[in-house]
Amino acid sequence: MEHLQDREVAVIEKKANQIRVSIIESLIEAGSGHTAGPLGMADVFATLFFSVMNYDPKNPYTDHRDRLILSNGHICPVLYATMAHAGYFPVKELQTLRKFGSRLQGHPHREFLPGIETSSGPLGSGLSQALGMTLADRIDRPQSSTYFYCMMGDGELNCGQVWEAVMMAGKEQPHNLIAVIDRNGIQIDGFTRDVMPLEPLREKFESFNWHVIDADGHSIQELYGAFGEAQSVSQPAVIIAHTIPGRGVPQFERDYRWHGTPPGKGPEDILTKDKQGECALKQLRSLKGTIVSECE
Amino acid sequence: MLQENIHFHKKTFTEQKDMLPIREGYGRGLLEAAEKDIRVVALCADLTDSTKTNYFKEKFPGRFVEMGIGEQSMASVASGMAAMGKVPFFTSYAMFSPGRNWEQIRTTICYNNVNAKVVGSHAGVSVGPDGGTHQALEDIAITRVIPRMTVLVPCDSEEARKATLAAAEHEGPVYIRLQREATPVITTDASPFEIGKAQCFYRAKKPQVTVFACGALLYTALEMAREMEEEVGMLVVNVPTVKPLDSAICAFARESGRVLTMEEHQRIGGLGSAIAERLVEECPMPVHRIGVDDMFGQSGEPDELLVHYGLTKEHGISVIRAMISE
Repeated sequence: MEHLQDREVAVIEKKANQIRVSIIESLIEAGSGHTAGPLGMADVFATLFFSVMNYDPKNPYTDHRDRLILSNGHICPVLYATMAHAGYFPVKELQTLRKFGSRLQGHPHREFLPGIETSSGPLGSGLSQALGMTLADRIDRPQSSTYFYCMMGDGELNCGQVWEAVMMAGKEQPHNLIAVIDRNGIQIDGFTRDVMPLEPLREKFESFNWHVIDADGHSIQELYGAFGEAQSVSQPAVIIAHTIPGRGVPQFERDYRWHGTPPGKGPEDILTKDKQGECALKQLRSLKGTIVSECE
Repeated sequence: MLQENIHFHKKTFTEQKDMLPIREGYGRGLLEAAEKDIRVVALCADLTDSTKTNYFKEKFPGRFVEMGIGEQSMASVASGMAAMGKVPFFTSYAMFSPGRNWEQIRTTICYNNVNAKVVGSHAGVSVGPDGGTHQALEDIAITRVIPRMTVLVPCDSEEARKATLAAAEHEGPVYIRLQREATPVITTDASPFEIGKAQCFYRAKKPQVTVFACGALLYTALEMAREMEEEVGMLVVNVPTVKPLDSAICAFARESGRVLTMEEHQRIGGLGSAIAERLVEECPMPVHRIGVDDMFGQSGEPDELLVHYGLTKEHGISVIRAMISE
């Protein structure tokens, strides 16, 4: 597991684009939810689900499946869209996001949707849960080849509990714990550097005895290599995935005001509300205008 | 009189009665549960000896997790272990767990619906000299309000042992409340214990007051009943399961028509509130609640503090006299 063929990369890139389209469609229908994070993490999720993780969408609870623990539950539109495109449930069901009676809760609930490993939303708890899973797994299978992927936001690193878990993983050294930080630089109140600076982030994790990998969060090839490296080390590993929030829709990219708003309810200085959804879909379907775009 | 089916400890009401901390029973029970069930694991946040988790740790080091002082992470690590099929018991002082980590317990254990057990020791003012920061008086309130949570408050060391074994067999989140000080051993191996069941420990021929108690104050309630035998007929009911509350509560209350509750907890939100909520809906009647009256604890010897906060036999007797004369 070192290198993907070009055609494999192309397949995953296409999946990532389909995932982004599904994210926007489901957010427009929901009328609420987070846009920037899900778009920014589509390439990471596509890489994980379509080249790295071991799972069976038809039997979501097999013992030896890899686990994905979504600690930053608010980016669940990307998880739901990825799961739908991976065959867990019909893509059409994405249109029920956040609706009454839906399996796709506003923040994910384990009991509502098979394949969701933990219910989450309040930030900062996922890494502890993933760590607990590795400790339990180690009791039964010291040489386990199951991997536990904990997806986290960078803003989430403000939470004290995260560092309790980081410190403990440094002590316990589970070989199969892989954290992925969505380093998109934004949180609800602004840029992370203004709200609560995180740098030097690599050095923080290294000082807690983690193996740290920086990766371009939009390069499938680089992400694939990062996951391979993370699996190969005997330490807990963290991939700092450098992403662009809102990736795929230039009008949304790098703008923290899109953190917690859906298309149709976002800031109007670039696009009026009535054009936001339509424009986002056109940008994605045309690959930012490289195919055909009528979007201004 | 004392109810025979309870199989009281022979020395309970003698000068030579056995005194053991309720937390001791947890330590013994956890060890037994672990011997019976390989899925049982234990976590502790740097208080392994004083929470009596050390018995487990010594016997099963491979199934013990030392968290350091990290109660928030402890609740979620336990959640993760439960998700992998383990039956985790995680222990600290009640002030810190479920005190500090309430949201993690709510979200990652109860909302997430995993089979993890919260064990809070050193509850109540009888913690003593450590003072108000370490005397949990709100833990019953904050745990019983969470959906799916079962709340157990054993009356003595032996009942704590049984509660721990029962919690291990029970599928779902459980909170077990423990106390620090040595208190009288009331029950025996033969005494009945079942999650969700309240038991009548003492019944006068003509009960005039029904006393519901949990934790170590059950012994105080029994002393009151014995001392007032000639004066006021009492029914003393042990309520080790505060949630789910036994459906027989109303029947016990109706036997006398007057209710007194006793607990080492805030009057707001604890056993007394739970009983009052039930009675007001199903069989309204006067309810008096003995507990800490919307105050924090402080340093002092356990006995001094129990007197100061009105958690004694003498105070209970005066309340009962007032109730009868109303």
